[in-house]
Amino acid sequence: MSVDATTVRRIAHLARIAVGEDEVAPLQGELNAILAFVEQLGAVDVTGVEPMTSVTPMAMKKRVDAVTDGGYAGDIVSNAPETEDHYFLVPKVVE
Amino acid sequence: MTAAVNPKKLIKGGLHDWEVVIGMEIHAQVTSRSKLFSGASTEFGAEPNDHVSLVDAAMPGMLPVINEECVAQAVRTGLGLKARINHRSVFDRKNYFYPDLPQGYQISQFKDPIVGEGEVLVDLVDGESITVGIERLHLEQDAGKSLHDQNPTQSFVDLNRSGVALMEIVSRPDLRSSEEARAYVTKLRTILRYLGTCDGDMEKGSLRADVNVSVRKPGEPLGTRCEIKNVNSIRFIGQAIEVEARRQIAILEDGGTISQETRLFDPGKGETRSMRSKEEAHDYRYFPDPDLLPLEFDQAYVDALAEGLPELPDAKKARFIADYGLSPYDAGVLIAERTSADYYEAVAKGRDGKAAANWVINELFGRLNKEGKTIEASPVSADQLGAVVDLIGEGTISGKIAKDLFEIVWSEGGDPRQIVESRGMKQVTDTGAIEAAIDDIIAKNPDKVTQAREKPTLLGWFVGQTMKATGGKANPAAVNSLLKAKLGIE
Amino acid sequence: MTTLNELTLAEARDGLKAKDFSASELTQAHLDAMEKARGLNAYVLETPERALTMANVADTKIAHGEARPLEGIPLGIKDLFCTHGVATTAGSKILEGFQPHYESAVTHNLWRDGAVMLGKLNLDEFAMGSSNETSAYGDTISPWRRQENGKLSDAKLVPGGSSGGSAAAVAAHLCLGATATDTGGSIRQPAAFTGTVGIKPTYGRCSRWGTVAYASSLDQAGPIARTVRDCAILLGSMAGADARDTTCADLPVPDFEAAVSRGVKGLTIGIPKEYRVDGMSAEVQALWDRGAAMLKDAGATVREISLPHTPYALPAYYIVAPAEASSNLARYDGVRYGLRVPGKDIAGMYENTRAAGFGREVKRRIMIGTYVLSAGYYDAYYVRAQKIRTLIKRDFEAAYASGIDAILTPATPSAAFGLGEKGSGDPVEMYLQDVFTITVNMAGLPGLSVPAGLDAQGLPLGLQLIGRPFDEETLFAAAQVIETAAGRTKLPAAWWA
Ligand SMILES: [Mg+2]
Ligand SMILES: [Zn+2]
Repeated sequence: MSVDATTVRRIAHLARIAVGEDEVAPLQGELNAILAFVEQLGAVDVTGVEPMTSVTPMAMKKRVDAVTDGGYAGDIVSNAPETEDHYFLVPKVVE
Repeated sequence: MTAAVNPKKLIKGGLHDWEVVIGMEIHAQVTSRSKLFSGASTEFGAEPNDHVSLVDAAMPGMLPVINEECVAQAVRTGLGLKARINHRSVFDRKNYFYPDLPQGYQISQFKDPIVGEGEVLVDLVDGESITVGIERLHLEQDAGKSLHDQNPTQSFVDLNRSGVALMEIVSRPDLRSSEEARAYVTKLRTILRYLGTCDGDMEKGSLRADVNVSVRKPGEPLGTRCEIKNVNSIRFIGQAIEVEARRQIAILEDGGTISQETRLFDPGKGETRSMRSKEEAHDYRYFPDPDLLPLEFDQAYVDALAEGLPELPDAKKARFIADYGLSPYDAGVLIAERTSADYYEAVAKGRDGKAAANWVINELFGRLNKEGKTIEASPVSADQLGAVVDLIGEGTISGKIAKDLFEIVWSEGGDPRQIVESRGMKQVTDTGAIEAAIDDIIAKNPDKVTQAREKPTLLGWFVGQTMKATGGKANPAAVNSLLKAKLGIE
Repeated sequence: MTTLNELTLAEARDGLKAKDFSASELTQAHLDAMEKARGLNAYVLETPERALTMANVADTKIAHGEARPLEGIPLGIKDLFCTHGVATTAGSKILEGFQPHYESAVTHNLWRDGAVMLGKLNLDEFAMGSSNETSAYGDTISPWRRQENGKLSDAKLVPGGSSGGSAAAVAAHLCLGATATDTGGSIRQPAAFTGTVGIKPTYGRCSRWGTVAYASSLDQAGPIARTVRDCAILLGSMAGADARDTTCADLPVPDFEAAVSRGVKGLTIGIPKEYRVDGMSAEVQALWDRGAAMLKDAGATVREISLPHTPYALPAYYIVAPAEASSNLARYDGVRYGLRVPGKDIAGMYENTRAAGFGREVKRRIMIGTYVLSAGYYDAYYVRAQKIRTLIKRDFEAAYASGIDAILTPATPSAAFGLGEKGSGDPVEMYLQDVFTITVNMAGLPGLSVPAGLDAQGLPLGLQLIGRPFDEETLFAAAQVIETAAGRTKLPAAWWA
C-alpha cells in the first residue's frame, strides 16, 4: 500500500499538523518508504495468533475510591500559554 | 426488527403513516468519590481546575490508574440491567482533538466493553409494557468544559469534569414513540438510582442522552438516522424526538432524503439543527490503551457484587402487588423512587396495604407535589401517616376528619393520636347524641322527610346534614342505620 | 592520577565513604568537566547550583554517618524525565520552557538514595532517533573519533540515540552515570557506540510515571554507566514497584550489584542464527564469536538457537511505536503547556503549533502512526503488527523453555557513524540501526549492551545480552565476564577539552 498526496494532506489534518504545499511531496516519499518497508509483514502467517495486549502478563492494579489528588489549580495552569482566573484560554470554539 | 407494528404509535404524515424508530445512548455519571483514572474529586461545582490532577490535565508522563469502585459500579449496573458481565474487557483510546479533551484522546471501551447484552422492562401509561434491549454498557472518561460566553474571541477551559467516570448505556433501536423513549429513560434512571450507581441528576448533567431517530413506513427497513446529541431532560427527549420525526417525515414526503448527521435540540426554538462543527468526517483511530492492562475479574467477584444489590424496581413492584394487594398502577407509582417505596412500606407494614397506598399516593404525594417537596423532605413521617391510617382503621376518626388531621400533622407536626385526643376529633359513636341531632333535622324538614320516603336517594342529604350538625365526628355507619330506621326507608 | 570525574561510580562511592574526598569536590570536578565539554552538547541544561546544594546535603549525611546508597553520586538525567522545577523539554521545541510540578518516579528514587543532579541530557526529540540528530537543541557529538593512519580524525561522530546525551556524557566523564530510556534500542545502541554499558530492564521493572512517553508499551528506563557494576548499582535505585504505573511490576528489586560477580558457570547461552544478517561486517561477526568464547571460557555452555520471527521485529516496531506515539503526542496542542502558535481558529492553532513545535522525524512518525490506525488500515497494519509481536515473544519463550539462560548477539550492525551520514534521504536506513535491539522491546525482555572491543578504526563495539523476563541478574553476571575478559574500552584523548 502507498499513500498519495491527498492522503498525506488528510493524515496531516487528522494529526493536526500544518503541512505546506512544498512539504507534501517529500513527506509522501518518506511515508511510502516506511510503508514499503513494513510491507514484508504481509508474508507472516498470523492465523489464529492473538494480538499482544500486554507484554508482561499481570493483573491490572486498581486504586481505592478516595480523593487523593487535585486542589492545585495554580500549578495546573502555571505552564499554560494563556490563562485567566485559573481557566485555560483557547481561541473561541464554535459549537 | 420483528416486533409487530402498533398502529396507535404511528405518526400521521400528509401522505401516509410513519413509524418512528428510536435508540438511545445514555451517558450516566458513575457515583464515585474520585475520577475513573485519577484521585481528583468528582464533586460538582468546584473552582475552575481545582478538581484536577496532573493526570486529568494530561501533563507529560502521567499515567491512568483505574478506580476499583467505578468498575464495581459498572458491574452492579450490568447486573441491574440483567446483562452479560464480561470478565475481560479492554480500554481503548478514542483519538480526537478538542480543547476540553486534554490527552487528545478519550479513554473508553470500544471492542470489548465491561457489560454486554441486557434488557430493561418499561411500563407504559396504558398498562402495556415493552422490553427494551440493551446492546452494551461501557466505562469511559468525561471531558472537561469550555465556556464560550466569557470573552468575544476566546473560550475558557475548565477540566474539573475531565476524567469523571461515565457509563455509556446503549439501547437497541427498540423504541417506537417519544412516550416510550421518555418511559425508558425514566425507568433506566430509576434502576440506576436504586443501584446507587448514578444519581440521575439531569440538571447537573449526571444523565445525558444521545437520541438516534429515524422514520420509516411500517414494515419497511430502517431509515437513515440522525443523532440528537446531549439532550439533558426527559421532557426535552420527548420534544426532540417529536420535532425530529416530523422534520424527517416532511423531508421524505417532499421526495427528499435524510442525511445521516449529528443534530442539536434547541428547546427554545423547539427544533433540531445540524451541528456543522461536528460534521467533519471523524476517524477516531481506536486502539487499546497501552498504559492500561485488560480489565479482568472472575465470577466470584461478580457474585459478591450481586449479593450486595438491593431489591430492584421490577421485583419490588411484583412484591407490592402480591403482598399488599396493590394495583399494578399504584405499585408502579410507589416504586418509581426507592425512597417512596421505602416510605410506603413503612406505612403499610402491619396495616391495610391498599389504604396505606391511598394515603401515600393521593394525600402525601399530592401534597408534596403541590409544594414541590421531595419525599425525603416530607413534614409527615411514615410513622405519623401510619398512625393516621390506624385511627381510621380502628374507627376512631372518620375519613373526612383524617384529612383534617393530616393537615394538622403536615403543618404543625405532633403525634396524630394525641392530636385527635386533645382536639376532640374522635368520632361520635354515642347513638344518643346522633339520634338527638337526627330528630332535630327531621323535625325541621318535614317536606324532605316526605320526599325521602318516595325517593330513598335523598338519604344522602340527611347524612350530610347530620354530619354537619355533629361537626363531622359522627360515625357514618351509625348515622346511616339510624337515619334509615327513623325515616323508615328500606 | 585519575581526576575525580574519571572514577567509576563504585570507586567514587567507596571514596566518599572512606572520606578520601567530599561530595562537593566530586560534584565540582564534574561541573568543571562539563564546562569544558560544552562543545559535545551533551547537556541541554546544566544545574550547577542544585548540584552543589545536593552535594552539600550529601556531605552532611556522610559526616553524620547517614549516607544513603547513592549519597553524593553526581548523575546526568536524560531530558525525558520530568524534574520538579527544572525545565523538561524531551528534546523538543514544543515543550520549550516547560517546568513540571512533579518529579519522575525514576529520578525521585535516585534523589531518595542521595544522588546529585548535574543537569539534563540531550536526546533525540521525544526519544525518536538513533543518532541524537533529531534534537531541537542541536546534535550531541560523540567524544569518540576514528583513528586514521595512527592519528585521530577530525570527523564528528554521532553518539547514537536516542539517549545520545547520556552516552556521550558518561563516556566523556561528564557524570558518573546517567538515566536513559529505551523504546527500540535507545539505551543499548548509544552505549555500544560510546564504549559504555547500558541496560534496558524488563518492561515493568522501572516505573514510567513522570517520564515523557514515546511508545507506552515499549518504553523502559534504564541506566548508562562506565562499568557493568555501575549499571547494576544505578538500576537497583531506579527500579521498583509504583502504584501510579499500572504496567509497573509489583516485584521486589533484587540486589543487582551482588549478581555482578556471580559468574556464568553452568549457564547456557543461546546464539540466535537469525541475527547473522546479510552484510554483517566480518569485524562484528568476529566480535560476536569472541564474546561467545569468553563466556565459554568462564564455564558457560554456548548453543545455537533459532528465533524465526526476528526479521519482522523492526517493521512491526515501525507500526506499533508510531501508532502509540501519534496518540501519546496528541497532548502537545498548545493549550496547557509549551509552545503555542496562533491560527485562524482552534484547529489552525493546533496545526500551526504542532507544525512549528515538532521536528521532521517526530512529524513523520506521528503521521505514519495516524495512518496505520486510521479507518480501513487498522487491522492490516496495527493488529497484524501486534500479532507478530506475540510471535516474537513466543520465539523467546520457546528458547528459554529449551534451557537457554541468556542470549548473546551483537548490539549494533556497525560502530558509530559520522554526523549527517545516515537517513537523510531514506528514513529506513536509520531505522536499521536498531535491528538487533528492537526484538527485545517488542517482547518486553531485559537487554544489556557491554563493550567488547574496538573496530579497525579504533571505535568501540558492543555485544548485547538478552535475558528472561525479570532476570537482569544473569545479564549483569554474564556482562561482567565479558567486561573482565575484553577489558574496559578507553577513550584515546579528551580532544574536546
Ligand atoms: Mg461515548
Ligand atoms: Zn511545583
